[in-house]
Amino acid sequence: MAQTVPSEAHGHDAHHHVETFWSKYVFSTDHKMIAKQYMFTGLAMGAIGAFFAYVFRMQLAFPGMSVPGYGMVGPNEYNMLVTNHGTIMIFWVAMPVLIAAFGNFLIPLMLGCDDMVFPRINRLSYQIFLLSAIVLICGFFVEGGGFGGAWTSYPPLSANAKYNLTPLGQSFWLVAVALEFVAFLLGGINFITTTMNSRAPGMKMTDIPMVIWMIVIASILFMVSVGPLIAGAVMLFMDQQVGTHFYDPTTGGDPILWQHLFWFFGHPEVYVVLLPAMGITADVMATFARKKLFAYRTVLYTAIGTGVLSFTVWAHHQFIAGIDPRMAHVFTITTLLISIPIAEMCFVYIATLWGGSITLTTPMLWALAFVAEFLIGGVTGIFLGASGADIYFHDTYFVLAHFHYTFFPIAIIGTYAGITYWFPKMFGRMMNDTLGKIHFWGTIIPFNLIFIPLFILGAAGQHRRIYDYSLFPELATPELQAVRVFATVSLLVMLAFQAVFIFNFVTSLRRGKKAGENPWKANTLEWSAASPPPHGNWPEGLPSVYRGPYEYAHPDREEDYWPQHLPN
Amino acid sequence: MIESLRVAASTYASDIDNLITLIGVLVGFWFILCEVVFFWLIWRYRAKPGVKAEYVTGEEKSQKRWITIPHLLVLVCDVFIIWGAVRVWVEVKQHLPEDATHVVRVMSQQWAWSFDHPGPDGILDTDDDIRTVDELHVQVDTPTIFKLESRDVLHSFSIPAFRLKQDAIPGRVITGWFQPNLTGTFDIQCAEICGIGHALMPARVVVESAEEHAAWIAEKSATHLASATNP
Repeated sequence: MAQTVPSEAHGHDAHHHVETFWSKYVFSTDHKMIAKQYMFTGLAMGAIGAFFAYVFRMQLAFPGMSVPGYGMVGPNEYNMLVTNHGTIMIFWVAMPVLIAAFGNFLIPLMLGCDDMVFPRINRLSYQIFLLSAIVLICGFFVEGGGFGGAWTSYPPLSANAKYNLTPLGQSFWLVAVALEFVAFLLGGINFITTTMNSRAPGMKMTDIPMVIWMIVIASILFMVSVGPLIAGAVMLFMDQQVGTHFYDPTTGGDPILWQHLFWFFGHPEVYVVLLPAMGITADVMATFARKKLFAYRTVLYTAIGTGVLSFTVWAHHQFIAGIDPRMAHVFTITTLLISIPIAEMCFVYIATLWGGSITLTTPMLWALAFVAEFLIGGVTGIFLGASGADIYFHDTYFVLAHFHYTFFPIAIIGTYAGITYWFPKMFGRMMNDTLGKIHFWGTIIPFNLIFIPLFILGAAGQHRRIYDYSLFPELATPELQAVRVFATVSLLVMLAFQAVFIFNFVTSLRRGKKAGENPWKANTLEWSAASPPPHGNWPEGLPSVYRGPYEYAHPDREEDYWPQHLPN
Repeated sequence: MIESLRVAASTYASDIDNLITLIGVLVGFWFILCEVVFFWLIWRYRAKPGVKAEYVTGEEKSQKRWITIPHLLVLVCDVFIIWGAVRVWVEVKQHLPEDATHVVRVMSQQWAWSFDHPGPDGILDTDDDIRTVDELHVQVDTPTIFKLESRDVLHSFSIPAFRLKQDAIPGRVITGWFQPNLTGTFDIQCAEICGIGHALMPARVVVESAEEHAAWIAEKSATHLASATNP
């Protein structure tokens, strides 16, 4: 795939150059096209991750059955499926869609500039990301099969083929993750620089929409936390392929070192994906409640506070890992302290509804569901952050259900809120609201029916990553098996309803009602551009900003919204 | 809450269960309060024709206290939870019962557990030790110290009925304790993924009365001696 057009043609100043297929869809430097590339790649990876979930949930409900569309699931396949389900959903779905797709699409449009400040770095970021996805998928088919040592990849299991029996799969996995981090480092440079330097005239720091702030804070968290993990990954790769002994205890290495490096990144990573989803929710809720976001500065400061605190909680993943038991007290205290800013943000979101004029459109339903469901994820986290209770819950399905109650609202509910809200801007047409609501209820109800049973299994002491519970008399009871079957059936229902979304998405692209510039009567700058915005976003001249992003129902104005770009 | 799903068979199981109940009550209160207020607001402030939303910045003190007061109350709850968690943790993980004389070695490997019990002399690491695979024998109401090791990768020694869990790390000996207070047979699971056979290393802990335990030791020692004299 050689480039057929000189690279200058994609440059920042060449917006009105005649576009070929390759320069428009493949080697584009337009932030909106890169956003769509990230979004569709992320959603395609999401389909793979969902397929993996289908296969291993079928195995758990009906052990030993040949899964339709896959076949028999042996222990090594099962481990590979759960490992890569986790890896894909976090690194190849949540990250590209929430940060890269929405970040790329929204930052220039919401800040009123024509593109990212480094469009070619932006393009490179996507290309490396695509490469990382290809490397990851190739890793499933190498000799020995894909890596199956959990997405946390703890050594010595991950460090030595003698133990994990996947001599190449683990290295492919590790290289793919490292490449993916490079892609997001490049993306993060763009997000932060553009936000700090390319805002529309008149846009103060406190006039930046919350979703942009959240993406910027998330990018900073990512860039600060990822360094130790990349260093750790290099050492792990050396252990695998060169024969060093960084993590090998028999020759003086220490396997716990990896856990510290991994979770020092891994916990901030939770907030890296959480914050953009909370930002999307804030914008959608303000628009459809016709309300100013309650206490904008408080939200901003608590988001920053959460980010700082998130660097101090990592070892709550390691309470029973064999660290000095006295350390548990420190990390219990910091972990419970982080409940303060998160609770505060939830209170702010609830308070935003006060006095509003709430319309339950599809994006608003998703945004409200985010708050309602994320609360469950938040409160169940307290059980795990409290060291004494974690002794029992650690590595059980309770943990699994807990983090799915955080990651599902983040990666799925947040994504659907964003897609349904900005679809008119991205593609110029409205999605069907009735189909949207069918899809919403068909996703939310089964979601709860999947994971509430898993809380029960976890409370009954069922551990994770076990492909067949029939060898454990306490867990092989018919009652618990019925709970597993129930969760699996709920998953099948939820997956079936995703077809409604795909159908709605595809048909709306062609046949949806024309959206016009501002179908939701929203305030932020992207709604002042054409739908979809042309290359350069505002060909007739970039907008200026006169007020904050959430001036809904202002008493000085007759209409209940007051776009940022209107002089008066 | 947990006892109804999994029997509590050690002395500290009820402490952990009580902590879980304490947390459940505190966070349950906040959870229900938030969800009720949330759904009530959605219903109360649904769009009505001709009614404009209120303009509330949330930046004034009188408005902010709706956030700051609940926020301080959450902090108070956090302090209670931290207090409970630290108390339980210190008891389970940071101290060993002083009167404990029973010591067993738990050795994990891909993919089996082996257990060394002291023989008739009651001392570990002597010639009459009894080694079993995938079956640990302990005496009820007796504080028991375990020394946990691994031969290869990380494993985790977990007995849900005892509310006991501890990762095993190759190259280290990790000491912990439990005191079973119910007789019976309970599952031992490996709780840390350890490769292909992670699901295939089930084991049991058999909690016996003092007489049964002594009889088991005597029986095992007899076969042990028999096999030693007749190779």
